[in-house]
Amino acid sequence: MNISKAAGIRQKVAFVILGCIALVVVLPIILTIIYIVKNGAGAISWEFITEAPRKGMKEGGIFPAIIGTILLIIGTMLFSLPLGILSAIYLVEYARENFFTRLIKLSVVNLSGIPSIIYGLFGFTMFVLFLRLGTSILSGSLTLAIMSLPVIITASKEALESVPRSFREISFSLGATKWQTVRYCVLPYSLPGILTGTVLSLSRAAGETAPILFTVAAFYLPRLPHSVFDQVMALPYHLYVISTQVPNMPAKLKLATALVLIALVFLMNLVSIVLRAHFRKRKQW
Amino acid sequence: MRRKISEYGIELCIKLSGILVIAFVFLIFLFLLKDSLSLFGVYRLGAFLFGKNWLPVSEPAQFGIIPLLLGSVYVTVGAIIICVPFGVGSAMFIAEVAPSFLKHVLKSLVEILASIPSVVLGFIGIVWLGPHLKDALNLRTGMCGLTGSLLLAFMALPTIISISEDALVSVPKSFKEAAFGLGATRWQALWRIVLPSASSGIIAAVMLGIGRVIGETMVVMMVTGNAPVIPTSILQPLRTLTATIAGEMGETVSGSEHYFALFAVGLVLFIITFLINLSADICLHKARR
Repeated sequence: MNISKAAGIRQKVAFVILGCIALVVVLPIILTIIYIVKNGAGAISWEFITEAPRKGMKEGGIFPAIIGTILLIIGTMLFSLPLGILSAIYLVEYARENFFTRLIKLSVVNLSGIPSIIYGLFGFTMFVLFLRLGTSILSGSLTLAIMSLPVIITASKEALESVPRSFREISFSLGATKWQTVRYCVLPYSLPGILTGTVLSLSRAAGETAPILFTVAAFYLPRLPHSVFDQVMALPYHLYVISTQVPNMPAKLKLATALVLIALVFLMNLVSIVLRAHFRKRKQW
Repeated sequence: MRRKISEYGIELCIKLSGILVIAFVFLIFLFLLKDSLSLFGVYRLGAFLFGKNWLPVSEPAQFGIIPLLLGSVYVTVGAIIICVPFGVGSAMFIAEVAPSFLKHVLKSLVEILASIPSVVLGFIGIVWLGPHLKDALNLRTGMCGLTGSLLLAFMALPTIISISEDALVSVPKSFKEAAFGLGATRWQALWRIVLPSASSGIIAAVMLGIGRVIGETMVVMMVTGNAPVIPTSILQPLRTLTATIAGEMGETVSGSEHYFALFAVGLVLFIITFLINLSADICLHKARR
């Protein structure tokens, strides 16, 4: 039985190596978070969150950047959520297997693979210059919305597909039209799944820098925007600016900004996890 | 009657949004193409594709894409060499070895990593990783290709881990059971049976990882040193396609030669990522069958 003993030892060694690999992967994740939280938390104060930056950003807070990012998230959602849900409804409920449907699916795959800086370029020529929207909240939101579309469509598609066939058949048998069936028998049950995916994709959009570089982000604008045609500061761009473009920037302000940004993104992720858990508990079929 | 009209209206909206999704892809391509073609009206295509100098503000300006392309290739190859063994190894551990609670912990941590904005990782590269690498390897500057590769490898991990794990888990149970029936250990079944059966899914995972790495902008712009010269080593400062667009776009006059050149760089990037993602998609479809 020497052979099987050797195989057993080999298995032990292999599994330990795999375990070490997994450890090497997750350790830096934990360390990164600890590093930012430990070093950034000290500089966070009520003033930092609620005041505008002063003296070339070297003093004061990041309030306009927080508001800018929140406005961008809302704007992105307004454009991408309806469009994403409607396209998913088309794919799941209406489309037949034909060339057009395949083209939509291919486009979704394609959109999800396009680098974020290309979205930035596109948003700049299309929205800022061609449609004359200027460097504005509107241009930035539209650019981020197109970037978020593939995730929202994919999540919505899965949510719609998970509603059992029988729901639709019963609705049809009672004489409901296609849209009535979708509206009253499919959408309500898939909404939590759709929202989970949407919040997740919006949290990605909130942390993106490249698409907003030329479409909305302001270098230094210590006031709040007046309309959707205004520029705003945004958290990720602000972090980029203060960590590369401003000399002699106090380190703790940079770390605190990074902490606020990841806190915002994690908060949104948490919301999507809670939504998902809540939905699973209520699901009865 | 009114019901019929509203039903018709809503169906039209639904169909229109499907068309819009297709339109966006075409519009992105067309806008890139349109502005790139404006460059080739005044600048030779050959000089752009094979030129060895990227000197946009000198007289006369030179827009050779080779240094940028090589910068992207260096950083991407470095990142992939680092992250494929770690990514696939972790996926194997999560899929086949880890007990259930550990599996959940590891997957959540990987999800957390996926949600960290790239600009934050770039920032970590500037304040922590770069200086440490500089001291450890005795470099002239920590802002070099290797710093970028390490951070990009880190960023590509969630993509590679989650898709490889899916591929490993979706290998039919009967394959493993047959191996156990023949007296194989769990490791032998995993290494000789499950891993090869999941290979096209894992290749797709690696391809998608490459696509993500080559398109990443903020990290490379912040940590690779931004030197548009032909790199001879990954320990030198270099500059990628993405960082060039992001870094120079703000300084150009729209409609200038330099402006159009940046769109041409964008078009090259678009085509590269399109081909990579297309082959990943083909691999994924093969894996499902």
